[in-house]
Amino acid sequence: MKLHELAAVIGGSILVGEDQPDLVIDRAFAADLLSDVLALTEEQTTLVTSMINPQVMRVAEILNVTAVIFVGGKIPPPSLVEYAVKLSIPLVATNKTTFETCGLMYAHGIRSCLSRPVSDMGGR
Amino acid sequence: MKYAIRAGDIDHGGSASARIKSELTEAGVDATTARRAGIVSFEGEMNLIVYSDDGGTLSVIVEPDAVIVELEDTGPGIEDIDLAMTPGYSTAPVWATDLGFGAGMGLVNMKQHSDGFEIQSQIGVGTKVTCRIERKGDWKRRRGRDHETT
Repeated sequence: MKLHELAAVIGGSILVGEDQPDLVIDRAFAADLLSDVLALTEEQTTLVTSMINPQVMRVAEILNVTAVIFVGGKIPPPSLVEYAVKLSIPLVATNKTTFETCGLMYAHGIRSCLSRPVSDMGGR
Repeated sequence: MKYAIRAGDIDHGGSASARIKSELTEAGVDATTARRAGIVSFEGEMNLIVYSDDGGTLSVIVEPDAVIVELEDTGPGIEDIDLAMTPGYSTAPVWATDLGFGAGMGLVNMKQHSDGFEIQSQIGVGTKVTCRIERKGDWKRRRGRDHETT
């Protein structure tokens, strides 16, 4: 699914990435605990989160995240948006909850970024 | 690369690690290794910010076959390392968990993303963590190159 299609599906607005309308989103991961994001994501994932602190973008940068979706009506501060522009990482914001956002994404063919079970990772 | 990390400086949390990841990439380290080193650095950097008494240092050394990430502080030290290495175990203060940190996965993540992991800690003295990340992507590339030339 392309970025602008994803934004339409989840009723979101593209904050960063209007210049990348053809970017393909096919894998995602949802978490607010950044350690979970660091532990469990594979490359080329889109991150769904309700955290809007600057550390989220630093994690996104380190992990080569494809795009970040902010849920629950959270609007990231201008400094975070500027950082995302610098990194060319698209940002989408939606009023829907994490559950609704993930449900809609899954229903439209987006799948988990995990290629192995959680139990194989970090002893869980 | 060596960075001084200040205790409690949550606003800058992860900024040294983000810089390290991009500097490693610029230095020609393969993307997977740079990503793993970034993850290890990030967790270590956050540990210094959230738990150390007086901050500490985050050092990265690039070797031909590996990237070494080293973290060192001067206290308080970890009383029970096995317990600290248990997934989900955390002594993080509420201000850290409110920001999405302190999930009790930091050291576990560091070990998981390293090929070599060593931790030494003494109460009242400090903690030193050394992580070795093999440059596997670069090996592949080098092997590919060798193959092409032979």
